[in-house]
Amino acid sequence: MKIRLNIGAISEPLQSEQFKTGDWGTEWSFVDREKCTACRVCEQFCPDGCIEVKEIEGKEVAVVDHNYCKGCGVCASVCRYGAIKMELKELFKIDVR
Amino acid sequence: MRKVVRGFYSVAYAVKLCKPNIICAYPITPQTEIVENLALMYANGELENCKYITAESEFAAASILVGASAAGARTFTATCSQGLILMSEVLFNAAGMRLPIVIVNTNRALSAPLSIWNDLQDSMALRDAGIIQVYVENNQEAHDMVPQAYKIAEDKRVRLPFMICMDGYKLTHAYEPVDLLDQNVVDSFLPPYSPEVYLTTKKPVAFGCYAPPHIYMEFRVAMQRAMERAKEIMEKVFAEWAEVSGRNWGGHLEVVYPDSKNFVIAMGSIVGLLRKVVEELRNEGISVGLVKLRTFRPFPVQELRKSLENAEKIIVIDRSVSFGYEGNLSIELKSALYGMSPEVISFILGLGGRDVPKDFLKELVKNAILGKEKSGFRGFKEFEEVIP
Repeated sequence: MKIRLNIGAISEPLQSEQFKTGDWGTEWSFVDREKCTACRVCEQFCPDGCIEVKEIEGKEVAVVDHNYCKGCGVCASVCRYGAIKMELKELFKIDVR
Repeated sequence: MRKVVRGFYSVAYAVKLCKPNIICAYPITPQTEIVENLALMYANGELENCKYITAESEFAAASILVGASAAGARTFTATCSQGLILMSEVLFNAAGMRLPIVIVNTNRALSAPLSIWNDLQDSMALRDAGIIQVYVENNQEAHDMVPQAYKIAEDKRVRLPFMICMDGYKLTHAYEPVDLLDQNVVDSFLPPYSPEVYLTTKKPVAFGCYAPPHIYMEFRVAMQRAMERAKEIMEKVFAEWAEVSGRNWGGHLEVVYPDSKNFVIAMGSIVGLLRKVVEELRNEGISVGLVKLRTFRPFPVQELRKSLENAEKIIVIDRSVSFGYEGNLSIELKSALYGMSPEVISFILGLGGRDVPKDFLKELVKNAILGKEKSGFRGFKEFEEVIP
């Protein structure tokens, strides 16, 4: 079947939602919900807009969307409470001899 | 209306008649007076529905036109040399976004050393950008090409930037009689530009989006197909123009004395000189014809093969060089004629405005036909390389 190609690579809004970038980086970020104060600094700084403060089990915390997190680490470096850690993805945990 | 005007004015006047919406440029010799003329027309209120924007660089000028063209405006700029290559990053984008920006490039040499004079090195550097390139011989042809450029570039089946290449100084600064078009002739020939998709808050879109490996290649294939379609569409538009204006510039090529054994091929204003050279050589009993190449991209391969099928010897007059190889037109021509067996001799001359007198050119062509010349640079002083 032929695909449809938008001439000039013209794209309509929100097309990027279908484009998952979560498998790009070697690391991704995890939030320690105990330490997180929902200050929203990471939400502001995430260059991909994939951190959102949500209410989980009665507490407001930052939630990283791993469908889009590219693992840049900006959130971990701006968090004033040490609540965000970068972790190596399972795929990359290999022994190199 | 037949008037004696300079090349600048012949272009500017034609642009005015095409009713552009955005003109944006940065001055560079020998282009400046084109946009100066347009600025004057703008200041006098002769350009309706038009904004004239002065930019801080050629890069900015081209960028402004990308935005304007994507927003549905008919756009124009003129530049050359360093200005053109400063625009190059943006122009490759314009081609990829399939924006029908029309550029007049007043061919000028590239630095270093700094030279403001004429040759074809600048536009040759943009050969692979996806921009249609047409070379004109005189100021009437430059004038006539402007409405045709818009019509071809804006055709839905094409949608590519269009660069009209005219020799700096030799044409831009020259006074020539030019039959300036009537507004109603241009209006009947060139419909207003109305793209289906453009930047608007009512229906937001983005142009030239990100394409990872699974989809990038398709966009480049689409550009190649557009160029191939342009070849046919251009022929039709050229023919339509001949009917509307009464001036027939030929197709992608003009062939003079097609039954000759030997041919000279060139682009741009030097073709005018070669017409005289060919006449004089024919009067001496030498069988020589002339191929004026008008369209350089898309390259008219089939037309060249057909016109040169019985040629025994072809002399290429190049005014640019691909360092480490040879003259650009020569490279292209040999590739187009692959499998055919004419002898091809190519001369690179006239770089950086070096004068090419008629008698010099005549002797060169004559000796090449007589088998007394090899390919290479001509018309320079021999030198010893020293480090001062």
